[in-house]
Amino acid sequence: MVICLGYSSARFLLIIFFGTFLGTAHIGDAMNAIEIQGLEKTYSVGFWRKQPKQALKPLHLSVEHGEVFGFLGPNGAGKTTTLKLLMGLMYATSGSARILGMEINDPRMKAQIGFLPEQPYFYDYLTARELLTYYGKLSGVATRELPQRIAAVLDRVGLTRAATTQLRKFSKGMLQRAGIAQAILHDPKVVFLDEPMSGLDPMGRREVRDLMVQLKQEGKTIFFSTHILADAEALCDRVAVLHEGELRGIGTVADLTSKTQGKVEITWHGSLFPAALQALGATGQVSGDTLRAQMNDSQLDAAIDILRRERCRIISIVPVRGTLEEYFVQQMNTPDLSQTGSSRKGASA
Amino acid sequence: MNHRIAAIASNTFREAIRDRVLYNLIGFSVLMAGTSILVGQISVDIEKLVVINLGLTAVSLFGVVISIFIGIGLVSKEIDKRTLYTVLSRPVQRWEFILGKFFGLAGTLAVNTVCMAAGVFLSLLYVAHRLQRADSSILVALYFIVLQFVIVTALALLFSSFSSPLLSAVFAFALFVIGSFSADLRGFAGMSHGFSRWITTAAAYVVPNLSALNVISSVAHGESVARQMILANTAYSLFYAAMVLCGAILIFERRNLK
Repeated sequence: MVICLGYSSARFLLIIFFGTFLGTAHIGDAMNAIEIQGLEKTYSVGFWRKQPKQALKPLHLSVEHGEVFGFLGPNGAGKTTTLKLLMGLMYATSGSARILGMEINDPRMKAQIGFLPEQPYFYDYLTARELLTYYGKLSGVATRELPQRIAAVLDRVGLTRAATTQLRKFSKGMLQRAGIAQAILHDPKVVFLDEPMSGLDPMGRREVRDLMVQLKQEGKTIFFSTHILADAEALCDRVAVLHEGELRGIGTVADLTSKTQGKVEITWHGSLFPAALQALGATGQVSGDTLRAQMNDSQLDAAIDILRRERCRIISIVPVRGTLEEYFVQQMNTPDLSQTGSSRKGASA
Repeated sequence: MNHRIAAIASNTFREAIRDRVLYNLIGFSVLMAGTSILVGQISVDIEKLVVINLGLTAVSLFGVVISIFIGIGLVSKEIDKRTLYTVLSRPVQRWEFILGKFFGLAGTLAVNTVCMAAGVFLSLLYVAHRLQRADSSILVALYFIVLQFVIVTALALLFSSFSSPLLSAVFAFALFVIGSFSADLRGFAGMSHGFSRWITTAAAYVVPNLSALNVISSVAHGESVARQMILANTAYSLFYAAMVLCGAILIFERRNLK
C-alpha cells in the first residue's frame, strides 16, 4: 500500500514536473493551432538601386483548433506571402510563427500539416497514384499503409478512375483535386489551402466546399486564402482581411458584417407608409399589409414615435447586417492604417 | 540514405526516364555500330585503338551533355513550376532535396553509362573478335568517366540553385572545358611569376581537375592504370563533389522561393 502510494505520488510529481518544464509545446498546441506574432516580409526590388518593398506588414493573428479560418484579400494583398512564410518557403524579415505549438521549420510539425499551393502544378510525368505515393513517402506514411490511404483519398476527391492517368492529361479541375488529395493524404491536423476554388467550375467549387466541411467535421483546422467572398462567408468560422500587406480586420463573419451598416430595419402592420417617415430619409417596401423601412440608427427613436402616432403595430426592429463583400469593399477603401498613424489594434475586431 | 532522399532520387530518376533521356542511347548505338563497321573496313591494326578512343570519348560527351542539361534544371525547374512548394512544405529539409536530386541524376548517368559501356565492349568484340585481360582497363576509364559526371552534376546543381538555366548551362559547360584542360592550367601556373602565378595557381585548384580523370588515350594504347591513381582520383572526385554540393546546399538553404 505504502509502495503503491509512493509510486502514485512520484508519478504525479513527474507529470507535474515534465508538464511544467518540458511540456510547453503541448500546452501551446492545446491553445491555438496557428500563432503568428509580428510576421513581416520585406523584399528588395530593383537591380542597381535596390528599394525595400514591404510585402507583409507585421502580422499578428491566431487560429484555434478545429477552426475554418478565411484569409481574404485582393490579388497582391500578401496572402500567398503569408502562406509561403508559414510553409518555410520564404524567410521572414522579422516576427515568428508557431503551428501546433512548434516552430515553422520543425519537421515534426510539417508531418502534421497539409498544403495546397495556388494554381498547383505537379510532376506531370507521374500518374495520380505515383504522385501520391511520392508525397506519402515524403510525409513519412508507412509504405504498407500507402495503398489503402491513396485509394481512400482518390475516392474522396473523385479521382479513382484517373488513378493510373498521367497528370499531363488532367484538366485544371482534376489537377486541383489531385492537389487537395496530396494535401490531406497523410491525415494532417492543419490544412493550408491557397485559393482552393481557383479555376474550378461551379460543381467543382461545391465539391471542394463540401470537402472542407467534412474536414472541419473531422476536427481539422483549415486555413484558406481566397478572394471569393461567397466561399468565405459560407465556410469560415472567422476571417481576416488583408490589404496591401496589412491586416485590416479579423473576426467572425457576423461580427464583421454587423459593423458595416449602422442601419436598422423596422417592420410593422399597417396600410400606408407615413410621409413623415419618408421625410426622415427612410426607404421602404410594402408586401401585403406588412411594411418595412430601413433608416440610420440615429433616426430610430423618431421613426418609432411616428409609427406610434400613426397607430401602426410594430412587429420587429432589427439591425441591418451587411454582406462580407460590403465589409471587404469598405476595408479596401480605408486608407493604409500605418500611413495614417492609427493603432494596429484598431484593425482587430 | 534516408527514405526522403531515396524518394526524391527515385523521382528524379523516373523523370529522366520518362522524359526520354535514355533515347540518347539510340544515337550512341548508331554511332558505335557505324564506327565499328567503318573502322573495320578502312583501318589496319588500329581498329581497337580507334573504337576504344571514340567509344569512351562518346560515353564521356553524351554523359556530360546529359548531366549539364538535366542538372541545370534540377532545382530551377522545380522552383519555376512550383512543384518544390509541395515538397518543402513536408518534413523534407532543403539539404535532403539537393542530395536527392543529385543522387537521382547521378544514378541516371550511371545506368546510362552501363548501357553505353556494353555498346563499347560489343563494338570492341566486333572489331577484335575477342576481349583480352588488358581490356579490363577500359572499365577503369569508364569509372573515371562516371567520376567526371559526379563532379559535373554537382556543379550543374550548384549553378541551378541560384542561377537561371541558361547561365547555369554556360557556367557548368565553361567549367567542364576549363577542367578538362586543368593540367595545362597547372603547367601555365608553374611557368608564371608574381601576381599572375598566384591567380593561375588559385584558378588551377578551384576548377575541377578533370584532365586527371581522362585516361582514355592511355587505356586505348593498352596501358594499365595504377591503383594509387584510382584511389587518388576517387578521393579527389568525391571530395570535390561534396564541397560543391555543400555550396549548393548553403545557397539553397538561404534562398527565398518567390
